[in-house]
Amino acid sequence: MIRLLVSSVSGLFFGFGLLISGMTDTAKVQGWLDILGQWDPTLAFVMGGAMIPMAAAWAIIAKKAPVFDLSFSMPSNKTIDFKLLSGSVLFGMGWALAGLCPGPAIAALGFGGNGIILFFVSMIVGMILTKPMRMGSISTADG
Amino acid sequence: MIIDWIYGLVGGLLIGLGGLILLIFNGRIMGASGILGQLIEGKQDTENLERIVFLIGVIAAPLIILQFSDFSTTNVTSNTIQLVLAGLLVGAGTRIANGCTSGHGVCGISRLSLRGLLATAVYISAGALTMVTLRTFWGLI
Repeated sequence: MIRLLVSSVSGLFFGFGLLISGMTDTAKVQGWLDILGQWDPTLAFVMGGAMIPMAAAWAIIAKKAPVFDLSFSMPSNKTIDFKLLSGSVLFGMGWALAGLCPGPAIAALGFGGNGIILFFVSMIVGMILTKPMRMGSISTADG
Repeated sequence: MIIDWIYGLVGGLLIGLGGLILLIFNGRIMGASGILGQLIEGKQDTENLERIVFLIGVIAAPLIILQFSDFSTTNVTSNTIQLVLAGLLVGAGTRIANGCTSGHGVCGISRLSLRGLLATAVYISAGALTMVTLRTFWGLI
């Protein structure tokens, strides 16, 4: 029960941050990638800001167990493989095309109208279509 | 312009706090594509309810803020083909690579994970190259 509370509060912080930082605004995200046009560096500030608490979190947990679990569920996969690189290429292309990545697409579901919903549904289809590629692999999710 | 950067930094700190809470208390990584992907694929564990309330929080938070102030919301395109193609690529790509901007980017890099760092370098490069091709050269988006 307490874990559900933690999850929902974490989600609220994530959603607050995504809206306030401007990352649900597709124009700002596309602006970050528009390096030969009207380049918008905001995303670097968002990433940098987010890494401050996260770096602290990694330092805090270094040798301990989580408060409400026995152990951390950590990515065990350390290999740089074709899936990591090719998947990231596909993701980057789609990211530029609509200015949306998974977090902001979810955060914008409540206010973004039909465009966001269409993107979200297509994203889920893309996830389901690639499920066979994960069968039999032992890797845990990085994120 | 500068005010956008400050909002970016503040929003980023909030995103990081969300990740900190989830990691320290529940021992889980806050990766949007992983949480959503594992839920819709019906991962057989006891954590699907945790994933659902997390996602509800992400959707609810902006709606709460927008009651009180008007942040820029979104400028999403209305082009159906563009949205469908982008969604398919993002969904497939993040699950093949096992992470997105939050998982590989925020959580991975802050952990000094080589996979997170490389994935982030690759998707930003691919995104910029796509942008240059479609906007700068072809004027399509």
